[in-house]
Amino acid sequence: MRSLRRILAVLFKELTQLRRDRMTFGMVIMIPLIQLILFGYAINTNVRDIPVAVVDQSQTGLSRVLIQMVEATRVVKVVEHHTNVQDAEEAIRSARVRAAFILPDDLDNRIVRSPSAGFGTPPSTDEETSRPVAQWIVDGSDTLIASAIKSLRSMPLSELFREPPNRNTATFEVALFYNPEQRTAVNIVPGLVGVILTMTMIMFTSAAIVRERERGNMEMLINTPIRSLELMIGKIIPYVFIGLVQLGIILGLGHILFGVPLSGNMLDLLGGTLLFIGASLSLGLVLSTIATSQLQAMQMTVFVLLPSILLSGFMFPYEGMPIIAQYIAEALPATHFMRMIRGFVLRDATFLDLYRDVVWLAGFFFLGMIVAAFRFKKRLD
Amino acid sequence: MSRDFREQTVVKARGLTKKFKDFKAVDNLDLSIERGMIYGFLGPNGSGKTTAMRMLTGLLTPSEGSVEVLGLKVPKDAEALKYKIGYMTQTFSLYGDLTVFENLKFVAKIYGLRGSIQKKRIPELLERYELSELKDRFAGKMSGGQRQRLALAAAVIHKPLLLFLDEPTSAVDPESRRNFWEQLFDLSDAGTSIVVSTHFMDEAERCHKIAILEAGRKRADGTPEDLMHAMGANVYEVEGPDLRDMRLKLLALEDVVSAAQLGARLRVLVSRRVHNPEDWLTQRPEVRQATRISKVRPNLEDVFVTSTGEGRQ
Repeated sequence: MRSLRRILAVLFKELTQLRRDRMTFGMVIMIPLIQLILFGYAINTNVRDIPVAVVDQSQTGLSRVLIQMVEATRVVKVVEHHTNVQDAEEAIRSARVRAAFILPDDLDNRIVRSPSAGFGTPPSTDEETSRPVAQWIVDGSDTLIASAIKSLRSMPLSELFREPPNRNTATFEVALFYNPEQRTAVNIVPGLVGVILTMTMIMFTSAAIVRERERGNMEMLINTPIRSLELMIGKIIPYVFIGLVQLGIILGLGHILFGVPLSGNMLDLLGGTLLFIGASLSLGLVLSTIATSQLQAMQMTVFVLLPSILLSGFMFPYEGMPIIAQYIAEALPATHFMRMIRGFVLRDATFLDLYRDVVWLAGFFFLGMIVAAFRFKKRLD
Repeated sequence: MSRDFREQTVVKARGLTKKFKDFKAVDNLDLSIERGMIYGFLGPNGSGKTTAMRMLTGLLTPSEGSVEVLGLKVPKDAEALKYKIGYMTQTFSLYGDLTVFENLKFVAKIYGLRGSIQKKRIPELLERYELSELKDRFAGKMSGGQRQRLALAAAVIHKPLLLFLDEPTSAVDPESRRNFWEQLFDLSDAGTSIVVSTHFMDEAERCHKIAILEAGRKRADGTPEDLMHAMGANVYEVEGPDLRDMRLKLLALEDVVSAAQLGARLRVLVSRRVHNPEDWLTQRPEVRQATRISKVRPNLEDVFVTSTGEGRQ
């Protein structure tokens, strides 16, 4: 009873302070709002309009139509024309363009013999047919750009002769579930919940406790009968609500602005988010027992935040990482939450489908609380 | 809180020592503080006052020695002790972004005071410490004296039997300091025992009993009167020209404990070893130019200087 009263006292005090701290209060709303709009529109893995240079050594009607066809794919955008390859390479080196499209002077000949032109397949013994019609020189350092241009490699050329493209039968049938239009935002927006919660939850809690120490309030508190666990619980409860508000902002706006479906079971989503918030808050508490200043708390938050963005599967597929990196990612609450929220929001998954992540987050929360309570001493030595 | 505690000694410490690596902050300190008195720790900065006080409240674990406060072993029973003691920190440690009322309410709840008791106790404290009109003022926007009254109100909200005050008046003006001490005497009169640390002589003089600390060791203890009476030196005031020069010459003498200038006078402490100090001093060639030499009543600063050897540095 006394315990509950003390927890409520800390909770109420924290809410009062939070209400007066306009800056923090603003951050709670503005961080998800701005980042959602920024990343929702900005992050796009479908590469378009890559600036390229063209070196047209044949200068025929066909070459000009071919360039237009390539441009019409919207993958590339011709921004420069050069007469020789050296100039084009220079343009790549100086980053004015990402690739150069080189059309040889015997282009017409090559096109006619190319199987892509749709004049049937010439005998394979004919050496001429094995030659591509033109060449791309690509700045391959960015793999996304390189593979976008590589996708042009077997572009059908039959349109050059106003013929309908020949209907190739695909080797495999690919059915895209959950995001058939392949819009990046559908994948990014739920992931953003994880990134933003990781940042705000860890940062706010670790800073909230360290601030009491920095301002000297802790010296008063440790002289009172309050227990460390009571203090911690009272301090983190307000941030649980903040986390839920942020979840609402991101998913709500994500639905309105980016058409992210909210098909899943809302109760599972709420439960999963609460678990993740709990895990992040307990991590924040542990950090607060290590950090001696708010600056240090901030630095530690960044230390956790970066891998949470880069390794959790938010940016790059988890499966593509080396095994060791996968183990590291497994240790981060964000990784489990990414799986959970994408599962709940996009795939209509349930707690049962994702029970491993549920158990892991719950375990992380309890372990974090125990470590934090153990490390947080009411002694000064 | 029930006042079931009837023992006469509220603080008992034996051989209390605190080491930080090789540095002894408190060295073999014995203390015995009786109920109802204001007990002062007098000492310069770094003499171990705060460390000693923190060991008494259980915030620091002693390296050696034993402490018993209000009949409870410290630090073993420190948590139970916290309901019975109040602690006022050296720097203001309540919340600057909460109002006076909110701060008191928070502390009251932390001590587990029930709503009905809070409703009575908080206005009572606001009234007593002249905070009623500042009730809705943010603590961070108040003056040093006002903050200190708030801190005292918060420290006594649960009616502690024993109150620890760590340099409570270092950030307030003399007027507030005087009022503050009146309030301490009110508390003491109502039965609260008080332990206060200070480096102000005039404050120490107000205490019922003091302990003089230097470099972690207790140099002397007793009532200020006893200490002045038992002081190992006689005090003279010398008037005359060229006091700075005279002071240096006097300090070179082994039997002069201290010589300090106070305006146009030189306050000279002559060791008790000198048999007839007045004659001895007046006949010294160092004071040949003096126009007047008179014996004066010792004050606590003289006691302090004599017992710590501060004057010779």
